[in-house]
Amino acid sequence: MTDAHSIISKVKQKRISDRLIGDKRLDGRGLLDYRDINLDIGVIDKAEGSALVSLGKTKVLVGVKIETGTPYSDTPNSGVLTVNVELVPLASPSFEPGPPNENAIELARVVDRGLRESKALDVEKLCIIPGKKVLIIFVDVYVLDYDGNLFDASALASIAALTSTKMKKYKVNEEGEVEFLEETQPLPITNQPIEVTLGKIDNKIFVDPSLDEEHALECQITIAIGKEGELCAIQKRGSSTFKKEEILHAFDIARDKAQEIRERFLVN
Amino acid sequence: MSKKKVKLVNKKGLRSDKRRLEELRPISIEVGTLDKADGSAYIEWGGNKILVAVYGPRELHPRHLAMSDRALLRCRYHMAPFSVDERKSPAPSRREIELSKVTREALEPATFTELYPRTVIDVFIEILQADGGTRCAGITAASVALADAGVPMRDLVAACAAGKIENKIALDLNDVEDKIGEADLPIAILPQSGEISLMQMDGKLTAEEFQEAFKMASEGCMKVYEIQKDALKKKYATISTELEEIEPEEKEDEAE
Repeated sequence: MTDAHSIISKVKQKRISDRLIGDKRLDGRGLLDYRDINLDIGVIDKAEGSALVSLGKTKVLVGVKIETGTPYSDTPNSGVLTVNVELVPLASPSFEPGPPNENAIELARVVDRGLRESKALDVEKLCIIPGKKVLIIFVDVYVLDYDGNLFDASALASIAALTSTKMKKYKVNEEGEVEFLEETQPLPITNQPIEVTLGKIDNKIFVDPSLDEEHALECQITIAIGKEGELCAIQKRGSSTFKKEEILHAFDIARDKAQEIRERFLVN
Repeated sequence: MSKKKVKLVNKKGLRSDKRRLEELRPISIEVGTLDKADGSAYIEWGGNKILVAVYGPRELHPRHLAMSDRALLRCRYHMAPFSVDERKSPAPSRREIELSKVTREALEPATFTELYPRTVIDVFIEILQADGGTRCAGITAASVALADAGVPMRDLVAACAAGKIENKIALDLNDVEDKIGEADLPIAILPQSGEISLMQMDGKLTAEEFQEAFKMASEGCMKVYEIQKDALKKKYATISTELEEIEPEEKEDEAE
Protein backbone atom coordinates (compact mmCIF):
# COMPACT_ATOMS: atom_id res chain seq x y z
CA MET A 1 0.00 0.00 0.00
CA THR A 2 2.20 2.82 1.21
CA ASP A 3 5.30 1.00 0.42
CA ALA A 4 8.27 3.22 -0.37
CA HIS A 5 9.50 0.74 -2.96
CA SER A 6 6.32 0.91 -4.97
CA ILE A 7 6.22 4.67 -5.35
CA ILE A 8 7.00 5.30 -8.99
CA SER A 9 8.41 8.66 -9.85
CA LYS A 10 6.12 11.01 -11.75
CA VAL A 11 8.84 11.22 -14.40
CA LYS A 12 8.84 7.49 -15.03
CA GLN A 13 5.07 7.33 -14.96
CA LYS A 14 4.93 10.03 -17.63
CA ARG A 15 7.46 8.18 -19.78
CA ILE A 16 5.36 5.02 -19.57
CA SER A 17 2.24 6.99 -20.56
CA ASP A 18 4.00 8.84 -23.39
CA ARG A 19 5.29 5.61 -24.88
CA LEU A 20 1.85 4.01 -24.67
CA ILE A 21 0.37 6.72 -26.89
CA GLY A 22 2.40 5.18 -29.72
CA ASP A 23 1.45 1.65 -28.54
CA LYS A 24 5.01 1.13 -27.27
CA ARG A 25 6.30 0.13 -23.85
CA LEU A 26 9.13 1.50 -21.73
CA ASP A 27 11.24 -1.60 -22.44
CA GLY A 28 10.55 -1.45 -26.18
CA ARG A 29 7.82 -4.09 -26.27
CA GLY A 30 4.57 -3.77 -28.17
CA LEU A 31 1.23 -4.00 -26.31
CA LEU A 32 0.84 -7.72 -27.00
CA ASP A 33 4.43 -8.84 -26.42
CA TYR A 34 5.43 -10.95 -23.46
CA ARG A 35 8.96 -10.65 -22.13
CA ASP A 36 11.19 -13.66 -22.84
CA ILE A 37 9.86 -16.77 -21.16
CA ASN A 38 12.11 -19.62 -20.11
CA LEU A 39 11.06 -22.86 -18.53
CA ASP A 40 13.32 -25.42 -16.83
CA ILE A 41 11.86 -28.62 -15.51
CA GLY A 42 13.18 -30.94 -12.82
CA VAL A 43 15.48 -28.42 -11.17
CA ILE A 44 14.95 -29.77 -7.65
CA ASP A 45 15.68 -33.48 -7.33
CA LYS A 46 14.15 -33.83 -3.88
CA ALA A 47 10.77 -32.61 -5.10
CA GLU A 48 8.43 -34.98 -6.95
CA GLY A 49 8.04 -32.29 -9.58
CA SER A 50 9.55 -28.85 -10.08
CA ALA A 51 9.80 -26.02 -12.58
CA LEU A 52 11.67 -22.75 -12.79
CA VAL A 53 10.08 -20.07 -14.92
CA SER A 54 11.73 -16.82 -15.81
CA LEU A 55 9.62 -14.12 -17.35
CA GLY A 56 12.00 -11.31 -18.23
CA LYS A 57 13.78 -10.77 -14.91
CA THR A 58 10.97 -12.27 -12.85
CA LYS A 59 11.89 -15.72 -11.54
CA VAL A 60 9.52 -18.19 -9.94
CA LEU A 61 10.40 -21.68 -8.70
CA VAL A 62 7.66 -24.22 -8.02
CA GLY A 63 8.13 -27.48 -6.17
CA VAL A 64 5.54 -30.25 -5.90
CA LYS A 65 5.52 -32.50 -2.85
CA ILE A 66 3.14 -35.37 -2.25
CA GLU A 67 1.94 -36.75 1.07
CA THR A 68 -0.90 -38.92 2.24
CA GLY A 69 -3.60 -37.49 4.44
CA THR A 70 -7.30 -37.45 5.15
CA PRO A 71 -9.78 -36.01 2.64
CA TYR A 72 -12.10 -33.10 3.36
CA SER A 73 -15.40 -34.30 4.81
CA ASP A 74 -17.43 -32.87 1.90
CA THR A 75 -15.23 -34.57 -0.74
CA PRO A 76 -14.37 -38.00 0.77
CA ASN A 77 -13.47 -39.53 -2.62
CA SER A 78 -11.10 -36.80 -3.79
CA GLY A 79 -7.45 -36.09 -3.24
CA VAL A 80 -6.41 -32.62 -2.20
CA LEU A 81 -4.55 -29.97 -4.16
CA THR A 82 -3.16 -27.04 -2.20
CA VAL A 83 -1.27 -24.05 -3.53
CA ASN A 84 0.88 -21.91 -1.28
CA VAL A 85 2.90 -18.85 -2.24
CA GLU A 86 6.00 -17.55 -0.50
CA LEU A 87 7.07 -14.05 -1.45
CA VAL A 88 10.63 -14.78 -0.37
CA PRO A 89 12.40 -11.69 1.07
CA LEU A 90 15.39 -12.19 -1.23
CA ALA A 91 13.18 -11.50 -4.26
CA SER A 92 12.40 -7.84 -3.66
CA PRO A 93 13.12 -4.98 -1.25
CA SER A 94 9.35 -4.78 -0.73
CA PHE A 95 9.00 -8.39 0.51
CA GLU A 96 9.29 -8.97 4.24
CA PRO A 97 9.59 -12.16 6.25
CA GLY A 98 6.47 -13.27 8.06
CA PRO A 99 3.12 -14.88 7.36
CA PRO A 100 1.73 -14.44 3.81
CA ASN A 101 0.15 -11.03 3.25
CA GLU A 102 -2.96 -10.35 1.14
CA ASN A 103 -0.93 -10.20 -2.09
CA ALA A 104 0.63 -13.61 -1.51
CA ILE A 105 -2.75 -15.07 -0.54
CA GLU A 106 -4.48 -13.59 -3.59
CA LEU A 107 -1.75 -14.92 -5.89
CA ALA A 108 -1.97 -18.41 -4.35
CA ARG A 109 -5.76 -18.45 -4.58
CA VAL A 110 -5.84 -17.31 -8.21
CA VAL A 111 -3.23 -19.92 -9.26
CA ASP A 112 -5.22 -22.50 -7.28
CA ARG A 113 -8.49 -21.43 -8.92
CA GLY A 114 -7.03 -21.81 -12.41
CA LEU A 115 -5.83 -25.35 -11.64
CA ARG A 116 -8.95 -26.37 -9.77
CA GLU A 117 -11.64 -24.96 -12.05
CA SER A 118 -9.99 -26.15 -15.26
CA LYS A 119 -9.82 -29.59 -13.63
CA ALA A 120 -6.09 -29.73 -14.28
CA LEU A 121 -5.87 -32.76 -11.98
CA ASP A 122 -8.39 -35.56 -11.79
CA VAL A 123 -8.52 -35.43 -7.99
CA GLU A 124 -10.78 -38.48 -7.75
CA LYS A 125 -7.86 -40.58 -9.03
CA LEU A 126 -5.86 -39.40 -6.01
CA CYS A 127 -8.14 -41.22 -3.58
CA ILE A 128 -6.55 -44.23 -1.85
CA ILE A 129 -9.21 -45.32 0.65
CA PRO A 130 -12.50 -43.38 0.28
CA GLY A 131 -13.17 -41.14 3.25
CA LYS A 132 -9.94 -42.22 4.97
CA LYS A 133 -6.80 -41.79 2.96
CA VAL A 134 -6.02 -39.67 -0.07
CA LEU A 135 -2.99 -38.11 -1.71
CA ILE A 136 -2.32 -34.46 -0.94
CA ILE A 137 -0.51 -32.56 -3.66
CA PHE A 138 1.34 -29.54 -2.33
CA VAL A 139 2.24 -26.92 -4.93
CA ASP A 140 4.68 -24.48 -3.32
CA VAL A 141 5.33 -21.33 -5.33
CA TYR A 142 8.62 -19.70 -4.43
CA VAL A 143 9.11 -16.22 -5.86
CA LEU A 144 12.87 -15.71 -6.31
CA ASP A 145 13.09 -12.43 -8.21
CA TYR A 146 10.21 -10.00 -8.56
CA ASP A 147 10.09 -7.86 -11.67
CA GLY A 148 6.34 -7.89 -12.23
CA ASN A 149 3.60 -10.29 -13.35
CA LEU A 150 3.99 -13.01 -10.74
CA PHE A 151 0.57 -14.42 -11.67
CA ASP A 152 1.44 -15.65 -15.16
CA ALA A 153 4.90 -16.87 -14.12
CA SER A 154 3.56 -18.72 -11.07
CA ALA A 155 0.66 -20.32 -12.96
CA LEU A 156 2.95 -21.53 -15.76
CA ALA A 157 5.55 -22.86 -13.32
CA SER A 158 2.81 -24.63 -11.33
CA ILE A 159 1.21 -26.47 -14.25
CA ALA A 160 4.63 -27.29 -15.71
CA ALA A 161 5.80 -28.68 -12.36
CA LEU A 162 2.61 -30.72 -11.95
CA THR A 163 2.91 -32.07 -15.51
CA SER A 164 6.49 -33.15 -14.86
CA THR A 165 5.72 -34.70 -11.46
CA LYS A 166 6.66 -38.32 -10.97
CA MET A 167 4.59 -39.82 -8.22
CA LYS A 168 5.62 -43.07 -6.56
CA LYS A 169 3.26 -45.95 -7.26
CA TYR A 170 1.72 -47.41 -4.14
CA LYS A 171 -0.29 -50.35 -2.86
CA VAL A 172 -2.47 -50.80 0.17
CA ASN A 173 -1.35 -53.79 2.30
CA GLU A 174 -3.58 -56.07 4.38
CA GLU A 175 -3.42 -53.81 7.44
CA GLY A 176 -4.78 -50.98 5.34
CA GLU A 177 -1.48 -49.14 5.24
CA VAL A 178 -0.12 -47.45 2.17
CA GLU A 179 3.18 -48.78 0.86
CA PHE A 180 5.06 -46.74 -1.69
CA LEU A 181 6.96 -48.58 -4.42
CA GLU A 182 10.09 -47.54 -6.29
CA GLU A 183 8.27 -47.33 -9.63
CA THR A 184 6.84 -43.94 -10.53
CA GLN A 185 3.90 -42.68 -12.56
CA PRO A 186 2.72 -39.26 -13.74
CA LEU A 187 -0.10 -37.37 -12.02
CA PRO A 188 -3.58 -37.65 -13.60
CA ILE A 189 -3.36 -34.39 -15.57
CA THR A 190 -6.56 -33.65 -17.53
CA ASN A 191 -6.17 -29.98 -18.42
CA GLN A 192 -3.38 -27.41 -18.59
CA PRO A 193 -4.62 -23.92 -17.76
CA ILE A 194 -2.59 -20.88 -18.76
CA GLU A 195 -3.04 -17.57 -16.96
CA VAL A 196 -2.69 -14.34 -18.89
CA THR A 197 -2.49 -10.99 -17.11
CA LEU A 198 -3.36 -7.72 -18.82
CA GLY A 199 -2.79 -4.25 -17.43
CA LYS A 200 -4.48 -0.94 -18.13
CA ILE A 201 -2.84 2.48 -18.22
CA ASP A 202 -4.52 5.47 -19.87
CA ASN A 203 -7.14 3.19 -21.45
CA LYS A 204 -4.47 1.06 -23.15
CA ILE A 205 -4.61 -2.67 -22.51
CA PHE A 206 -1.35 -4.63 -22.65
CA VAL A 207 -0.06 -8.06 -21.62
CA ASP A 208 2.58 -9.05 -19.06
CA PRO A 209 3.07 -5.86 -17.00
CA SER A 210 6.64 -5.30 -15.82
CA LEU A 211 7.30 -4.06 -12.29
CA ASP A 212 7.55 -0.43 -13.43
CA GLU A 213 4.26 -0.80 -15.28
CA GLU A 214 2.63 -2.49 -12.28
CA HIS A 215 3.44 0.57 -10.19
CA ALA A 216 1.87 2.87 -12.78
CA LEU A 217 -1.14 0.60 -13.41
CA GLU A 218 -4.73 1.62 -12.88
CA CYS A 219 -5.90 -1.97 -12.72
CA GLN A 220 -5.23 -5.38 -14.16
CA ILE A 221 -7.06 -8.57 -14.93
CA THR A 222 -5.83 -12.14 -14.84
CA ILE A 223 -7.65 -14.67 -17.01
CA ALA A 224 -7.12 -18.44 -16.83
CA ILE A 225 -7.75 -20.26 -20.11
CA GLY A 226 -8.12 -24.04 -20.44
CA LYS A 227 -6.96 -26.22 -23.32
CA GLU A 228 -10.16 -25.76 -25.32
CA GLY A 229 -10.02 -21.99 -25.03
CA GLU A 230 -12.58 -22.01 -22.20
CA LEU A 231 -12.49 -19.43 -19.40
CA CYS A 232 -11.67 -21.07 -16.05
CA ALA A 233 -10.96 -18.18 -13.73
CA ILE A 234 -10.93 -14.40 -13.74
CA GLN A 235 -9.55 -11.96 -11.19
CA LYS A 236 -9.72 -8.20 -11.63
CA ARG A 237 -7.20 -6.44 -9.41
CA GLY A 238 -6.38 -2.86 -8.54
CA SER A 239 -8.27 0.19 -7.42
CA SER A 240 -9.77 1.33 -10.67
CA THR A 241 -12.32 0.10 -13.17
CA PHE A 242 -12.57 -1.65 -16.52
CA LYS A 243 -15.15 -0.96 -19.20
CA LYS A 244 -17.07 -3.89 -20.64
CA GLU A 245 -15.42 -3.54 -24.06
CA GLU A 246 -11.99 -3.56 -22.44
CA ILE A 247 -12.74 -6.84 -20.73
CA LEU A 248 -14.03 -8.47 -23.91
CA HIS A 249 -10.94 -7.21 -25.73
CA ALA A 250 -8.78 -8.65 -22.94
CA PHE A 251 -10.39 -12.09 -23.41
CA ASP A 252 -9.58 -12.19 -27.09
CA ILE A 253 -5.97 -11.35 -26.39
CA ALA A 254 -5.79 -13.80 -23.47
CA ARG A 255 -7.11 -16.69 -25.55
CA ASP A 256 -4.51 -16.12 -28.29
CA LYS A 257 -1.64 -15.66 -25.85
CA ALA A 258 -2.64 -18.72 -23.80
CA GLN A 259 -2.64 -20.82 -26.97
CA GLU A 260 0.84 -19.58 -27.93
CA ILE A 261 2.26 -20.27 -24.49
CA ARG A 262 0.63 -23.69 -24.24
CA GLU A 263 1.96 -24.77 -27.63
CA ARG A 264 5.43 -23.57 -26.82
CA PHE A 265 5.85 -25.00 -23.34
CA LEU A 266 3.30 -27.65 -22.54
CA VAL A 267 2.38 -29.66 -25.61
CA ASN A 268 4.92 -32.44 -25.96
CA MET B 1 -17.69 -36.93 -3.55
CA SER B 2 -21.16 -38.03 -2.57
CA LYS B 3 -22.93 -36.96 -5.70
CA LYS B 4 -26.45 -36.26 -4.59
CA LYS B 5 -28.68 -35.79 -7.58
CA VAL B 6 -30.19 -32.47 -6.70
CA LYS B 7 -32.27 -30.98 -9.47
CA LEU B 8 -31.37 -27.31 -9.72
CA VAL B 9 -33.71 -26.38 -12.57
CA ASN B 10 -37.05 -28.14 -13.13
CA LYS B 11 -38.93 -28.70 -16.37
CA LYS B 12 -40.76 -25.40 -16.04
CA GLY B 13 -37.41 -23.61 -15.82
CA LEU B 14 -37.86 -22.88 -12.13
CA ARG B 15 -35.02 -23.26 -9.63
CA SER B 16 -34.99 -25.05 -6.27
CA ASP B 17 -36.22 -21.88 -4.54
CA LYS B 18 -38.96 -21.32 -7.18
CA ARG B 19 -37.09 -18.53 -8.92
CA ARG B 20 -36.86 -18.06 -12.65
CA LEU B 21 -33.34 -18.14 -14.15
CA GLU B 22 -33.06 -14.35 -14.43
CA GLU B 23 -34.68 -13.60 -11.07
CA LEU B 24 -32.95 -12.07 -8.04
CA ARG B 25 -33.63 -13.31 -4.54
CA PRO B 26 -35.60 -10.87 -2.34
CA ILE B 27 -33.33 -8.06 -1.12
CA SER B 28 -33.97 -5.58 1.67
CA ILE B 29 -31.57 -2.94 2.93
CA GLU B 30 -31.91 -0.94 6.13
CA VAL B 31 -29.76 2.18 6.48
CA GLY B 32 -28.27 3.48 9.74
CA THR B 33 -29.01 0.41 11.87
CA LEU B 34 -26.04 0.88 14.19
CA ASP B 35 -25.87 3.64 16.77
CA LYS B 36 -22.12 4.15 17.20
CA ALA B 37 -20.91 3.80 13.61
CA ASP B 38 -20.57 6.85 11.36
CA GLY B 39 -22.53 4.96 8.74
CA SER B 40 -24.13 1.54 8.68
CA ALA B 41 -26.38 -0.76 6.72
CA TYR B 42 -28.04 -4.12 7.22
CA ILE B 43 -28.83 -6.22 4.21
CA GLU B 44 -30.92 -9.34 3.83
CA TRP B 45 -30.38 -10.93 0.47
CA GLY B 46 -32.11 -14.30 0.20
CA GLY B 47 -30.73 -16.21 3.20
CA ASN B 48 -27.79 -13.83 3.61
CA LYS B 49 -27.82 -11.54 6.64
CA ILE B 50 -25.01 -9.01 6.64
CA LEU B 51 -24.21 -6.01 8.81
CA VAL B 52 -21.83 -3.28 7.64
CA ALA B 53 -20.36 -0.41 9.65
CA VAL B 54 -18.26 2.50 8.40
CA TYR B 55 -15.99 4.45 10.76
CA GLY B 56 -14.20 7.51 9.46
CA PRO B 57 -12.55 9.33 7.95
CA ARG B 58 -10.64 9.13 11.23
CA GLU B 59 -7.11 9.11 12.58
CA LEU B 60 -5.12 6.18 11.26
CA HIS B 61 -3.30 3.71 13.46
CA PRO B 62 -0.66 2.47 12.85
CA ARG B 63 0.54 5.82 11.50
CA HIS B 64 3.07 4.42 9.02
CA LEU B 65 0.19 3.21 6.85
CA ALA B 66 -0.92 6.79 6.23
CA MET B 67 -0.87 8.09 2.67
CA SER B 68 -0.07 11.73 2.03
CA ASP B 69 -2.40 12.06 -0.97
CA ARG B 70 -5.50 10.15 0.10
CA ALA B 71 -7.29 8.24 2.82
CA LEU B 72 -6.65 4.58 3.36
CA LEU B 73 -9.79 2.57 2.67
CA ARG B 74 -9.54 -0.42 4.97
CA CYS B 75 -12.05 -3.21 4.45
CA ARG B 76 -12.60 -6.25 6.58
CA TYR B 77 -14.84 -8.99 5.24
CA HIS B 78 -15.48 -11.37 8.09
CA MET B 79 -17.77 -14.34 8.66
CA ALA B 80 -19.29 -15.05 12.04
CA PRO B 81 -18.46 -18.56 13.34
CA PHE B 82 -22.17 -19.46 13.27
CA SER B 83 -22.85 -18.08 9.79
CA VAL B 84 -22.26 -21.39 7.99
CA ASP B 85 -23.18 -25.06 8.48
CA GLU B 86 -19.87 -26.11 10.00
CA ARG B 87 -18.51 -23.65 12.57
CA LYS B 88 -16.00 -21.32 11.00
CA SER B 89 -12.98 -20.36 13.06
CA PRO B 90 -13.18 -16.64 13.84
CA ALA B 91 -9.56 -16.14 12.73
CA PRO B 92 -9.48 -14.61 9.23
CA SER B 93 -9.17 -17.35 6.60
CA ARG B 94 -7.28 -17.00 3.33
CA ARG B 95 -10.61 -16.63 1.56
CA GLU B 96 -11.64 -13.77 3.86
CA ILE B 97 -8.32 -11.99 3.33
CA GLU B 98 -8.74 -12.23 -0.44
CA LEU B 99 -12.37 -11.05 -0.29
CA SER B 100 -11.38 -8.12 1.94
CA LYS B 101 -8.89 -7.07 -0.73
CA VAL B 102 -11.27 -7.35 -3.70
CA THR B 103 -14.00 -5.60 -1.69
CA ARG B 104 -11.67 -2.67 -1.04
CA GLU B 105 -10.75 -2.53 -4.72
CA ALA B 106 -14.44 -2.65 -5.67
CA LEU B 107 -15.34 0.30 -3.42
CA GLU B 108 -12.25 2.47 -3.89
CA PRO B 109 -13.02 3.70 -7.43
CA ALA B 110 -16.32 5.12 -6.16
CA THR B 111 -14.87 6.86 -3.12
CA PHE B 112 -13.21 10.30 -3.07
CA THR B 113 -10.40 9.12 -0.78
CA GLU B 114 -8.23 11.99 -2.04
CA LEU B 115 -10.32 14.42 0.03
CA TYR B 116 -9.05 12.98 3.32
CA PRO B 117 -5.26 12.55 3.15
CA ARG B 118 -3.51 10.70 6.01
CA THR B 119 -6.76 9.33 7.45
CA VAL B 120 -8.47 5.96 7.33
CA ILE B 121 -11.98 4.98 6.35
CA ASP B 122 -12.76 1.65 7.98
CA VAL B 123 -15.41 -0.61 6.46
CA PHE B 124 -16.38 -3.62 8.56
CA ILE B 125 -18.49 -6.27 6.88
CA GLU B 126 -19.82 -8.99 9.16
CA ILE B 127 -21.53 -11.98 7.56
CA LEU B 128 -24.02 -13.11 10.20
CA GLN B 129 -25.60 -15.74 7.99
CA ALA B 130 -24.25 -16.92 4.65
CA ASP B 131 -26.29 -18.29 1.75
CA GLY B 132 -24.14 -17.79 -1.35
CA GLY B 133 -23.23 -14.46 -2.90
CA THR B 134 -21.99 -12.88 0.33
CA ARG B 135 -19.26 -10.81 -1.32
CA CYS B 136 -21.77 -9.13 -3.63
CA ALA B 137 -24.24 -8.52 -0.81
CA GLY B 138 -21.41 -7.21 1.37
CA ILE B 139 -20.16 -4.77 -1.28
CA THR B 140 -23.72 -3.61 -1.99
CA ALA B 141 -24.38 -2.90 1.69
CA ALA B 142 -20.93 -1.39 2.24
CA SER B 143 -21.44 1.22 -0.44
CA VAL B 144 -24.78 2.18 1.15
CA ALA B 145 -23.07 2.42 4.55
CA LEU B 146 -20.35 4.66 3.07
CA ALA B 147 -23.06 6.94 1.69
CA ASP B 148 -24.79 6.88 5.07
CA ALA B 149 -21.51 7.94 6.71
CA GLY B 150 -21.47 10.96 4.42
CA VAL B 151 -18.29 9.92 2.65
CA PRO B 152 -18.27 11.75 -0.71
CA MET B 153 -18.76 9.25 -3.53
CA ARG B 154 -18.81 9.30 -7.32
CA ASP B 155 -21.54 6.68 -7.34
CA LEU B 156 -22.88 3.76 -5.35
CA VAL B 157 -21.36 0.37 -6.07
CA ALA B 158 -23.89 -2.32 -6.95
CA ALA B 159 -22.81 -5.94 -7.01
CA CYS B 160 -24.45 -9.10 -8.23
CA ALA B 161 -23.37 -12.48 -9.59
CA ALA B 162 -24.51 -14.68 -12.42
CA GLY B 163 -23.49 -18.27 -12.92
CA LYS B 164 -24.11 -21.50 -14.73
CA ILE B 165 -26.26 -24.27 -13.31
CA GLU B 166 -27.14 -27.42 -15.24
CA ASN B 167 -25.81 -25.79 -18.40
CA LYS B 168 -28.05 -22.74 -18.06
CA ILE B 169 -26.98 -19.21 -17.23
CA ALA B 170 -28.72 -18.03 -14.05
CA LEU B 171 -28.73 -14.87 -11.95
CA ASP B 172 -27.70 -14.63 -8.29
CA LEU B 173 -26.77 -18.18 -7.31
CA ASN B 174 -27.70 -19.30 -3.81
CA ASP B 175 -25.50 -21.51 -1.63
CA VAL B 176 -26.61 -24.86 -3.11
CA GLU B 177 -26.40 -23.59 -6.68
CA ASP B 178 -22.97 -22.12 -6.05
CA LYS B 179 -21.64 -25.38 -4.61
CA ILE B 180 -23.05 -27.72 -7.28
CA GLY B 181 -23.13 -25.25 -10.17
CA GLU B 182 -20.60 -25.11 -12.97
CA ALA B 183 -19.52 -21.46 -12.77
CA ASP B 184 -19.94 -18.25 -10.81
CA LEU B 185 -19.22 -14.71 -12.05
CA PRO B 186 -19.55 -12.04 -9.36
CA ILE B 187 -19.26 -8.46 -10.60
CA ALA B 188 -19.60 -4.98 -9.13
CA ILE B 189 -20.32 -1.90 -11.21
CA LEU B 190 -20.60 1.84 -10.81
CA PRO B 191 -24.10 2.02 -12.28
CA GLN B 192 -23.98 5.53 -13.73
CA SER B 193 -20.95 4.85 -15.92
CA GLY B 194 -21.28 1.08 -16.14
CA GLU B 195 -17.62 0.70 -15.18
CA ILE B 196 -16.62 -2.60 -13.60
CA SER B 197 -14.85 -2.43 -10.25
CA LEU B 198 -15.02 -6.11 -9.31
CA MET B 199 -14.87 -9.14 -11.51
CA GLN B 200 -14.02 -12.64 -10.46
CA MET B 201 -14.91 -15.93 -12.04
CA ASP B 202 -14.48 -19.57 -11.27
CA GLY B 203 -15.80 -22.51 -13.19
CA LYS B 204 -15.95 -23.15 -16.88
CA LEU B 205 -17.53 -20.77 -19.38
CA THR B 206 -17.25 -20.38 -23.13
CA ALA B 207 -16.89 -16.85 -24.50
CA GLU B 208 -20.61 -16.80 -25.44
CA GLU B 209 -21.68 -18.02 -22.00
CA PHE B 210 -19.50 -15.39 -20.41
CA GLN B 211 -21.19 -12.64 -22.45
CA GLU B 212 -24.62 -13.92 -21.48
CA ALA B 213 -23.70 -14.23 -17.79
CA PHE B 214 -22.09 -10.80 -17.80
CA LYS B 215 -25.18 -9.20 -19.33
CA MET B 216 -27.43 -10.93 -16.81
CA ALA B 217 -25.23 -9.92 -13.86
CA SER B 218 -25.11 -6.29 -15.09
CA GLU B 219 -28.89 -6.17 -15.28
CA GLY B 220 -28.98 -7.65 -11.77
CA CYS B 221 -26.66 -4.87 -10.58
CA MET B 222 -29.05 -2.25 -11.98
CA LYS B 223 -31.92 -3.77 -9.98
CA VAL B 224 -29.74 -3.83 -6.88
CA TYR B 225 -28.88 -0.16 -7.53
CA GLU B 226 -32.59 0.78 -7.38
CA ILE B 227 -32.94 -1.05 -4.05
CA GLN B 228 -29.88 0.79 -2.69
CA LYS B 229 -31.26 4.18 -3.70
CA ASP B 230 -34.69 3.40 -2.26
CA ALA B 231 -33.11 2.36 1.05
CA LEU B 232 -31.14 5.62 1.31
CA LYS B 233 -34.16 7.76 0.37
CA LYS B 234 -36.32 5.91 2.87
CA LYS B 235 -33.97 6.84 5.71
CA TYR B 236 -34.22 10.54 4.88
CA ALA B 237 -37.98 10.32 4.41
CA THR B 238 -38.20 8.87 7.93
CA ILE B 239 -36.00 11.64 9.31
CA SER B 240 -38.08 14.36 7.68
CA THR B 241 -41.38 12.98 9.04
CA GLU B 242 -39.78 12.75 12.48
CA LEU B 243 -38.68 16.37 12.15
CA GLU B 244 -42.17 17.45 11.14
CA GLU B 245 -43.51 15.85 14.29
CA ILE B 246 -41.01 17.73 16.44
CA GLU B 247 -41.07 21.10 14.71
CA PRO B 248 -44.59 22.36 15.63
CA GLU B 249 -43.75 22.17 19.35
CA GLU B 250 -40.51 24.04 18.78
CA LYS B 251 -42.36 26.77 16.95
CA GLU B 252 -44.72 27.16 19.90
CA ASP B 253 -41.69 27.45 22.17
CA GLU B 254 -40.32 30.20 20.02
CA ALA B 255 -43.65 32.06 20.08
CA GLU B 256 -43.70 32.22 23.86
